[in-house]
Amino acid sequence: MVEEVKPRVKVPKSAAAGEIVTIKALISHTMESGQRKGSDGNLIPRKIINRFTCDLNGVNVIDVAIDPAVSTNPYFEFDAKVDAAGDFKFTWYDDDGSIYEDVKPINIG
Amino acid sequence: MHRTAKTIAAFSLAFAGAALADPVEDTLVIEGGDGETIEIVTSAPAPAHLADVMDTIYSGWLYREDETRDLQRDDFDNPGMLYVDRGLDLWNSAIGKGGESCAGCHQGPETMAGLRAVTPRVDAKTGALMTVENYIDACVTQRMGLESWNWTGNEMKDMLALISMQSRGMAVNVAIDGAAAPFWEKGKELYYTRFGQLEMSCASCHEDNQGKFIRADHLSQGQINGFPTYRLKDAGILSAQQRFVGCVRDTRAETFKPNSDEFKALELFVASRGNGLSVEGVAVRH
Repeated sequence: MVEEVKPRVKVPKSAAAGEIVTIKALISHTMESGQRKGSDGNLIPRKIINRFTCDLNGVNVIDVAIDPAVSTNPYFEFDAKVDAAGDFKFTWYDDDGSIYEDVKPINIG
Repeated sequence: MHRTAKTIAAFSLAFAGAALADPVEDTLVIEGGDGETIEIVTSAPAPAHLADVMDTIYSGWLYREDETRDLQRDDFDNPGMLYVDRGLDLWNSAIGKGGESCAGCHQGPETMAGLRAVTPRVDAKTGALMTVENYIDACVTQRMGLESWNWTGNEMKDMLALISMQSRGMAVNVAIDGAAAPFWEKGKELYYTRFGQLEMSCASCHEDNQGKFIRADHLSQGQINGFPTYRLKDAGILSAQQRFVGCVRDTRAETFKPNSDEFKALELFVASRGNGLSVEGVAVRH
C-alpha cells in the first residue's frame, strides 16, 4: 500500500471543439474500510476518499460518492465533452477532512 | 479466461497427455508518459543453455488475462508506477546520515539504465553475487551510513522499482560464465531440487507443466523479467525473491530468506532463463 496520498490525472493536451475526451484519474490512498481489525484486535478507523468531483471551467463533469467497498488507490476513467479551452479541476474529499486537488489545462485546436 | 479454459479443454482432447504451452498471442507496446512508446519483447528464442528444455521463452505477461495485460499497456493504468514515483521522491531526498541523497552521487535515476538487465552479476572487486537490492544496500549502509533497509520493505522495493524502470525495454542479459558460473550452477541445482511435503521443484510447475492450470492459476514459465511486479493480489510491489518465497512455501517447505545465498543463486539462474526477453520495469501480474 502507498501511504502518502498523491493524485494523478491524465488529460489530453488539446481537443477539437465539441470533442469527447477520455480522462483518467487515480489517487494513491489506503481506503481503509473501517471493517478491519489491527494486530491489537481493535477496529482500524475508517479512512477513505468519500467523494470525487471533476469540473471543467466551473461546470461539473462528474460527482462520485464513494463507499468503503472501493479498493485501495481508486481509479476513475470517464468522458467529458470539451466545448472551449480551459481547466479541468479534480477534487478528492478525504474522511479526515483533507481535500486533494489537481488542475489540468486543455486547449482547443 | 473462459476462452483460454476452452482452448485448454480442446487441446487436451486433441493431444491427451501432451505438454501444453499456450500463452496468448499478443504484443506489448507500453504507452509511457508524454506520448513515448516502448516495445517489449515478450517472447524470444530460448537461450542456448535451455536448448534441451524449450524452444521459446515467454514473459509471464502472456499468461495473464486480458484485463491484467491491459493494465501494463499504459503507465497511467499501471499501479506499479505509484511506487516508482515514490522511489523517485526517495532518490531525491537527503536521507543519509550526512545529508547524502542518491541523486547527490548518481544524478538522475536514468544513470541506472541497464543495471536491472544484467543483474544478478558478480562484482569484480568483491567476487560477491550482487542483485539490484545488494547494490542499493551497499549504498545505504556504506555511503549513507544508515541501517540496512528491510529487504522486502517499502523503501527497498520503491527504489528497486525506480531502478528497474530505467532498464525497461532492454534485453535481459545476465552472464552465466566466468565468475558467475559457480553461482549459476548452484542456482540450477536449486531449480531442479524438490522441496517441501509436496516434493516439488521449480521445474515441476514452470518447466514440466507450464501452460497448464494449477487450480485456477495459469502456470507460466516463471520468468522474472517483469519483476519487481505489481501484484494485484497483494495490491503492492513484489520482488523476485519474494515471489520465490511464495513458491517454495506453496510446496509446504520451510523457505529460504530473501537475500539468502540460495535465493540469490536461484535469481541468477531464473534470470538467465529469460535472457533475450525485455526488462518490463514494473510489470502487472495477478
